[in-house]
Amino acid sequence: MTQQQAKDFVRKVDDNIYDVPMDFQEGMRVPGRIFVSQKLMNDLEVDTLRQTANVATLPGIQKYSMAMPDAHFGYGFPIGGVAAFDAQDGVISPGGVGFDINCGVRIIRTDLEVGEVRPRIKELMNELFKAIPSGVGSKSRLRVSGSELDDAFTYGARWAVESGYGVESDIEHCEDGGFIDAADPEKVSEKAHKRGKPQFGTLGSGNHFLEIQEVDKIYEPEIAKAYGIREGTITIMVHCGSRGAGHQICTDYLRVMEQASRKYGITLPDKQLACAPANSREGQDYFKAMAAGANYAWANRQVITHWVRETFEKFFGRDAESMGMDLVYDVAHNVAKLEEHEIDGIKKPVYVHRKGATRAFPPGHMDVPATYRSVGQPVLIPGSMGTPSYILHGAERAMELTFGSACHGAGRVMGRAEAKRKFRGEILEKQLADQGITVIATHPSMLAEEAPGVYKSSSEVVNVMHDLHVARKVVRVKPIGVAKG
Amino acid sequence: MNTSHFEYLPHPADARFIAHGTTLEDTFEQAAQAMFGVIIQNATLEPERQVDIELESEGLENLLYDYLSELLYLFEVEEIVFGQFKVDSVEQTNSGYVLKGSASGESIDTECHNFETEVKAVTYHQLKVEKESEGYSAHVIVDT
Repeated sequence: MTQQQAKDFVRKVDDNIYDVPMDFQEGMRVPGRIFVSQKLMNDLEVDTLRQTANVATLPGIQKYSMAMPDAHFGYGFPIGGVAAFDAQDGVISPGGVGFDINCGVRIIRTDLEVGEVRPRIKELMNELFKAIPSGVGSKSRLRVSGSELDDAFTYGARWAVESGYGVESDIEHCEDGGFIDAADPEKVSEKAHKRGKPQFGTLGSGNHFLEIQEVDKIYEPEIAKAYGIREGTITIMVHCGSRGAGHQICTDYLRVMEQASRKYGITLPDKQLACAPANSREGQDYFKAMAAGANYAWANRQVITHWVRETFEKFFGRDAESMGMDLVYDVAHNVAKLEEHEIDGIKKPVYVHRKGATRAFPPGHMDVPATYRSVGQPVLIPGSMGTPSYILHGAERAMELTFGSACHGAGRVMGRAEAKRKFRGEILEKQLADQGITVIATHPSMLAEEAPGVYKSSSEVVNVMHDLHVARKVVRVKPIGVAKG
Repeated sequence: MNTSHFEYLPHPADARFIAHGTTLEDTFEQAAQAMFGVIIQNATLEPERQVDIELESEGLENLLYDYLSELLYLFEVEEIVFGQFKVDSVEQTNSGYVLKGSASGESIDTECHNFETEVKAVTYHQLKVEKESEGYSAHVIVDT
């Protein structure tokens, strides 16, 4: 099938909604559904359609194999893929979560005005860069014991707060209270333990970052107020995941699932979609290990938050509380969750896989923290380096349209190697400095890989979710300082 | 003629390469070289430390997945950035394949090693080991 023929299959259902019918590919159990604008549809790679169709062939998939507006070609699932599988007759797939389990984002508010921070941003970024280890091969300042690591795997951000890295309200403002209670560290291999231990409390590399931002636009003043965000103040965003621990858990279980797929007679259009029945031993083992990986990531972001607060305290000579450094929210971008959703009028448990997608629960949902329940869950959408990030709120059509999910970022359009040929880190640094953005990185080529030009426009992506009433814009923040691994 | 080499292909999010070798052993060595070329480019790495590698897998593709995954694991846990890869043998057994070899390089020193990209993992996506008219090829996509 040519590229054009493949695209000719796609049917527009409504503005920003396109379907990939079941005759697109043999074995599809449900249609594919792509949430994009006309412009994003024109730019969508055909491989992303194929990957969305591949996911639709997996047993027990419900309603649609979905792709969020930032979707792009990944491996197995597309990045930006969302799929729910029946908890009884469906499957669980590590490929639907990805290697960086619970790669995610959190945002911390402050009462600091931009005028207090901007003149000293370079020194502040240097201090943060020193305090929070980042980059390939970096090691943590933290030395956790084996039992502490297991506690982090089991209790996530809750363990971190109970160990002194944060305050109680941090946990209340994390998705799932900062941990999935299904985790079992015994299902996490020795290798994953060994990789996780020295990296606990590190930012990592690639698209991970720590950003100081200025709140530059408020779309919904009442909701922004509920989230504690005020125009002209400073926010801090942390984007990182489960480091080597998560990478190893996924690597280990892909191997297990590759064999399980054969054992249970599941036909795979792509080996990276290897999976097992949700209620099989292999499926449950993976789920428990994945939950441990997710918890590690929450604990990791919590420890980093603690160091951010410490750095600010030292730098500004004030305590974190007086600067109002409260966690607004923390979301997972790569995760599978056992959730209840209404399908054909019946509520039932499903394993929702979000691979490069954010949960976006609407007002009134019981899983939204009590303080935000009346306005909906904060949905954090990081921009690419140098471009704005958004805080949205989960909105009324999210449950009906996307299993309560939204996009997770801008979405790549260019590979890292090509980016390095096209962009030079040193020049980018200068260009960003001209826009008032201080960037600090372990290596200039890291900047080239993450140049704003290698991503789709974050505003175009966010507007699709906004116009569909899946997640509505509340706040826009602009970077003034970025630290990259 | 030595046909052993590797090349990188474009991929929007990840690093993708094809390794070629006259033998399976060469092909695996080239794939390892290609993967570490994503992590660190144009580095001259002395064989200061060496680790032995022995793996058994059901199929050739799984063996390659296991081999490259093992190197990533050793890179992080043993803290060695590898520059030389030696695969002494890839042998077929009743239950699959056995690889024996070693890898050597330098202890990670973030002051002098300019790392390019973090490779998170090896993917199964389009992973292939194929017999060609002259030797073998291996197609790999790693997640970065």
